[in-house]
Amino acid sequence: MKQRTLTAVLACSLVILSIVSLFVGVIDLNLSTLLSGDLEQLEILLISRLPRLLAILCTGVGMSVAGLIMQQLCMNKFVSPTTGATISSAQFGILLALLFLPGSTLWGRALFAFVAAVLGTWLFVWFIQRIQFKDMIMVPLVGIMFGNVIGGITNFLAFKYEMTQALSSWLVGHFSLVLRGRYELVYLVLPLVILAFLFANHFNIVGMGKDFSKNLGVPYNLVLFLGLTIAALITASIVVVVGSISYIGLIVPNVVAMFKGDKIRGTLADTALFGALFVLVCDMIGRAVIAPYELPIELIVGILGSILFVGLLFYRLRNGRKAIRLKAHGCGCSPVPEINGGDAL
Amino acid sequence: MKIRQLTKQYGSKTVVDAVSFEIPKGAVISMIGPNGAGKSTVMGMLSRLIARDGGHVDFDGTDIAHWKSKELSKRLAILTQHNNIQMKLTVRELVTFGRFPYSGSHVTAEDWEIIDRAIAYMELESFEDRFIDELSGGQRQRAYIAMVIAQDTDYILLDEPTNNLDIYHATNMMKIVRRLCDELGKTIILVLHEINYAAFYSDYICAFKDGQVAKFGTVKEVMTKETLSRIYNVDFEIMEIEGRPLSIYY
Repeated sequence: MKQRTLTAVLACSLVILSIVSLFVGVIDLNLSTLLSGDLEQLEILLISRLPRLLAILCTGVGMSVAGLIMQQLCMNKFVSPTTGATISSAQFGILLALLFLPGSTLWGRALFAFVAAVLGTWLFVWFIQRIQFKDMIMVPLVGIMFGNVIGGITNFLAFKYEMTQALSSWLVGHFSLVLRGRYELVYLVLPLVILAFLFANHFNIVGMGKDFSKNLGVPYNLVLFLGLTIAALITASIVVVVGSISYIGLIVPNVVAMFKGDKIRGTLADTALFGALFVLVCDMIGRAVIAPYELPIELIVGILGSILFVGLLFYRLRNGRKAIRLKAHGCGCSPVPEINGGDAL
Repeated sequence: MKIRQLTKQYGSKTVVDAVSFEIPKGAVISMIGPNGAGKSTVMGMLSRLIARDGGHVDFDGTDIAHWKSKELSKRLAILTQHNNIQMKLTVRELVTFGRFPYSGSHVTAEDWEIIDRAIAYMELESFEDRFIDELSGGQRQRAYIAMVIAQDTDYILLDEPTNNLDIYHATNMMKIVRRLCDELGKTIILVLHEINYAAFYSDYICAFKDGQVAKFGTVKEVMTKETLSRIYNVDFEIMEIEGRPLSIYY
């Protein structure tokens, strides 16, 4: 039962902050004029504020779930859409769309981003499976390098064809362009997250390794690539609408796993809620700091995210892999035998 | 289970060379032999984890390659030594995966009963909510066995189950293997390094050398001075304790 309280607390804070966020912005909205039927205020709410809120929630949910899936499937806590080359591949796809289909719509660009993100992620995972690194830190390092290579090509092509300006909007994630009619693609995140939930146990089993999956009759390669495809599609649909947002996919699943373990069925809801909450708070900070202007979300997420990440590393150094238990009987009174020492994350 | 002319090559090197033997049902069969003799590879091919280059593995009248993976996982379970323990799963969650071939993600009331019984059988009740990566090696090994029990297969393949365990836990592990066979009627095939564990706890021994079966037979038949010396190229003496042959090598 105690395990449920965390979910409830997260859900309540998310609802409250969501409502608050609707009333934060350059133009003052207030409840009484809104309820009295002020059309102008209603329009601001429906055209700008609500879409923005929904985009934020989808982004938070999507990026953290994508990170969770990738970490499980790659058996590595440092893999995420950022460190797995998914985001940079999606950006590369967008650039290709801008180059070859100058008049492309959001959906046209999305298609390119989907294909590129899926292929990029597959390539990365195929690569790390072939090499089989002994040291788990090598995997994200290779991912970052791989991502930078793709990013480099993207930048080179953007310079060459004078697309830098156009592309910049997708390089740094921000919500300021989210308006009704140009963000709905991000809803794709929801069916994909539900799909991820349905296959959660498959992902868990594949995350235990090839032999383990075969023993239980789970087709390893099929599930691996299905899961990566879901994660890549989620990431790409977010990148197309709001641009690159790093860290969330890395930090949120790790923080939640520290409390709840790695059983995806048990952590998916909390991961999604915490991710949404994290992005929402970052967005509100970004809007408040230099109001009436706003800072891109990527900046705030980067700052808060790196602080959290360092905290996470310090916790790991001090406590090994021991989980934080919310249950009463798990606190302090359980001397854990054989903790694998400073095994980070 | 019948194994005929099983062959595996890595490059030009033949690691398993036309191995044939038959696995008797309801017994504990240990595969022993020096490093590189091919016993783990044979185990891998029996359990479809390793692709074979030739030969047949006949399981209940059908070659193992023609079995549906899911159906096979209800009949035959394998536990390898490379179990990933980085995952934070509780013991109960791990054991629940044993029911996956039957019920997928929809665990039924009957499944829960089987899971409870498996946990109780391995005496893991007091740990069932602990994460497996926080357990000691012996406890963790028991958790994996509980999962295999929940998987409810006739055949259980264990690849070096006593690896990395101290004498106390390794001996316990072997006693568990014996109980699984005697009480639950399982057929258990193990790869073992400790000859005396094989001698004391199994019914049959399959001794490998250079990718071939050097000797297959009951414990008494295999545990002779001549056979063991020939396989390991070391001098052996055979003693008898509790009516079972044990070896001393030096």
